[in-house]
Amino acid sequence: MWTFLRRRIISSAIPLIVVIVGVFALARLTGNPASLYLPLNATEQMREDFTARNGFDDPLLVQMANYFGGVLRLDFGVSLRTGEPAGEMVLRAFPATLQLAGVTMLLAVVLAVIVGSWAALKPNGIVDRISSFASMAAASIPDFWLAIMGIWVFAITLGWVPTSGVSSPTSWLLPIAVLLMRPFGVLVQIVRGAMVTSLSEPYIKLARSKGASEVRVVSRHALRNAAAPALTVAGDLAVGLINGAVVVESIFGWPGIGKLMIDSILQRDFAVLQAAVLLTAISIFALNILIDLGYAMLDARVRPTTRARKRRVTPAAAQERKLNVQPTR
Amino acid sequence: MSSPLANPQLPPGGRSVTPPSTEVIALPRTLDTSKPGLFHLLLKDRFATAAAIVLVLVGLTALVGPTLMGDLATQQNLSATNRPPFSLAEGWQFILGSDSLGRSMLARLVVATQTTLSVALPAVGISLVIGSLWGVWAGFHRGWRETISMRIADVIMSFPSLLLAVVVLYVFSPSAANIVLILALTRIPIYLRTARAESAELQSRTFVDAARTFGTKPAAIIRRHVIPVVLPTLLTLATLEFCYVMLAESSLSFLGIGIQPPDVSWGLMVAQGRQYLQTAWWLSLFPGLAIVITTVAANVLAAWLRIATDPAQRWRLTLKHKRKRFIARMPVKEVA
Amino acid sequence: MSTITQTVSESTVRAENKLVLDVDGLVVEIRTPKGTLRAVNDVSFQAFSGRTIALLGESGCGKSMTAKAIAGLLDPVADVAGGEVRLNGTDLARLKPKERRKFAGPELGIVFQDALTALNPVYTVGTQLGEAFRIHHGLSAKAAKVKAVELMRRVGIPEPESRVDSYPHQFSGGMRQRVLIAMAVALNPRLLIADEPTTALDVTVQAQIMALLRDLRTETHMAVVLITHDLALVAEEADTVAVMYAGKVVETGPVREVFARPHHPYTRGLLDSVPANIGRGEDLKSIAGSPPELHNIPVGCVYQSRCPLVQDICRAVSPPLEPAGDDRAVACHFSKELDNV
Repeated sequence: MWTFLRRRIISSAIPLIVVIVGVFALARLTGNPASLYLPLNATEQMREDFTARNGFDDPLLVQMANYFGGVLRLDFGVSLRTGEPAGEMVLRAFPATLQLAGVTMLLAVVLAVIVGSWAALKPNGIVDRISSFASMAAASIPDFWLAIMGIWVFAITLGWVPTSGVSSPTSWLLPIAVLLMRPFGVLVQIVRGAMVTSLSEPYIKLARSKGASEVRVVSRHALRNAAAPALTVAGDLAVGLINGAVVVESIFGWPGIGKLMIDSILQRDFAVLQAAVLLTAISIFALNILIDLGYAMLDARVRPTTRARKRRVTPAAAQERKLNVQPTR
Repeated sequence: MSSPLANPQLPPGGRSVTPPSTEVIALPRTLDTSKPGLFHLLLKDRFATAAAIVLVLVGLTALVGPTLMGDLATQQNLSATNRPPFSLAEGWQFILGSDSLGRSMLARLVVATQTTLSVALPAVGISLVIGSLWGVWAGFHRGWRETISMRIADVIMSFPSLLLAVVVLYVFSPSAANIVLILALTRIPIYLRTARAESAELQSRTFVDAARTFGTKPAAIIRRHVIPVVLPTLLTLATLEFCYVMLAESSLSFLGIGIQPPDVSWGLMVAQGRQYLQTAWWLSLFPGLAIVITTVAANVLAAWLRIATDPAQRWRLTLKHKRKRFIARMPVKEVA
Repeated sequence: MSTITQTVSESTVRAENKLVLDVDGLVVEIRTPKGTLRAVNDVSFQAFSGRTIALLGESGCGKSMTAKAIAGLLDPVADVAGGEVRLNGTDLARLKPKERRKFAGPELGIVFQDALTALNPVYTVGTQLGEAFRIHHGLSAKAAKVKAVELMRRVGIPEPESRVDSYPHQFSGGMRQRVLIAMAVALNPRLLIADEPTTALDVTVQAQIMALLRDLRTETHMAVVLITHDLALVAEEADTVAVMYAGKVVETGPVREVFARPHHPYTRGLLDSVPANIGRGEDLKSIAGSPPELHNIPVGCVYQSRCPLVQDICRAVSPPLEPAGDDRAVACHFSKELDNV
């Protein structure tokens, strides 16, 4: 188990390192970083001060060492906008995004399992047709447009919910509804497909031949097998959720990482953007490890044991087999 | 006709104690050999036909629209600002209303079509060509080439594409060419993974082995035996990807780091209409609808293509219209 | 094993003859895009305790469909459209699903063909073996596991205590098949359906598995319905045989007699294609043509297109399954002429 985990940690860490190095490279290789970090209307004096203060005239290797040292101490420099340490700003915004994403993901999974299983029980039935229509709509409607139309209808015209902010419990409704669309649409189809497959497997007949009730067959035998394929897309979905969070947070004024990133871009606050990007990458890295662990717990064939005869299947490899799953945003 | 000599249970030497299985007597049933052409199949499907027509119309609009209405789209009319739609009082060009500068919404939508497609199509094309060739190559040769390629794909895919675009467009300027490049880059892994998986499966098949024994070079095998088999899947994928890329460009433009004014794309129009939401809802509604209609059409067509190019499922489309066929439009391929 | 008929073991005949399963006029229909097909058409046979009846036929002849219909495991597109399946007097085909589930396990067990796909990959073998006890006897997980170990020992799986927590993919093909058999006999059912139980196994393992089934039958006096396409297996294991063709039973009777003197040209054709029945240097015979497609069954006899004895009446009238001597029946207009050909 530990070898398995260690190997997955190492392979998942590669993207993380690439992102850290990539952000450094982007900041250094495009000329004087002062032009990146400082507002467009900065004076020549400001530029010189900035360069000297941040050691941008040091050799590149020294800069790199300083940079990595800073990353390890969560020291990303100071926000030009507020003068606060960028790391602190990002960590402060992080819980808001985590709450929004967590609630959305939980809802998406619960709803998708219910709707997807229900649809799979009667392929081509009415539930199946409605759910496949809904998932196609989810893949086709731009989230920013849906958010704006939601504000227009429910906030402006009907006045049921506030247009933005986190002031009241009802302010959660629109952001979650918009953010939910895509993971729900994708998951419903994954759960449905996996359930249709697993319900037609011989082991379902074997369970029935033992006198298992319909509830037992669906929940214990079919769903447990369908969970693994659903979990392989969870990583992609979470990555897509961050894309969605950037859009949804900036529209609804949600004080999270996504809004922080867009604000830093529009006000050219590179230190904050850099910190936010790195924290996002670290979160994705941690999530991938959790998904791998969950996958190993779900499916014994992934677990390396001394007796295992089959070649081990990593979640990524399992996922490749499921060709062109709708890419998530 | 059938020969028990084909019995696999028969040990060499002939004196078998095991009688042949009766299975050998069963011959392949006669197959339906009629294969209607793709176009013919398309016409039989109402949804797919409608989707194809929508896409052709969008394409035509992008091609000739700006020449016809380019001037109209920039022509300001301050006496006719924020006109509501569905009224011919100010002339046909204001059928979809006007914006805060009195410009015709219809003309602006038409011009934006070209911008939107001129980002989406090249991005899809570039990532399709690079990702497919790379994936077929990696899957055909296996080994280290495959491993490294898949690692690269993993790295790109494990990072939110929108964030990547955001960072890159921050550092470089948000021009149309840069948007195309960054979108293409982030979508290459999709084709890479699919092409690799199919190609790796194909290269172990007997007909590829046969070609190898004749001394055919790998490049020729890939060209003649692998690509023709993989292509339908990849084209179907590209149709779906068109939706994705279009939505991504819209999001970027909406966030202010995509297409920049005075150019105009559908996503940018939604963003510009946002501040007039209380007074002029049509400014955001129509460009969004244009996006939805185009992506739905592409989704429907992709779902149809997936079935039409799959020999095992193609028969479904030759059936008479039935309600159950609706299931063919699922955007997500069933998990096998 | 010079001739097949000598291989019927004497010991298998001595068991008491109590009627366990009575299938009468079973009809199974499948709904397809091309219309409704009759996969099983008016099939009747009986199974007695301590005895084995074989359903013999090519793939697609409806033998597996018959087994699934008896066990109540038909796919959603297939339905029992007529006939009765009486298990100890209760007509299973008429029961509601909930009632029927009470029979699945304690009364009726089924052994599937491919053990790797039939076992649930995500649960341990012990969990799956114990499931029947948990469902029908309400045992705790712990008590069910004790039962699972007992079962594994009973079917000859070595080191059951350590292997009970293994997963199906960690077992060999033969061991997996033993697990499946253990599951089917867990609650000592009166009827065991074995659907091609050895097709996926190699020859030596096949013999072991069939020996296990034989021992279990002797031990518990259950009735066994053996579904197979393998003539040798029928000759060695079964007491009676029902030969199926295109959804119909064309001939039935004691294996020894049917194989010695077939009354139906199809049975005759099958036996003639056995290499052991043919001398050196002679050509192997085969049955020309292929079975009719189910949506295209001809009027009259189902075997007409391949029958060497075909006459006008065969193309007009479907021959009913009629008694032909002791315990035998055949569906052929010219069964008496067959001996003279």
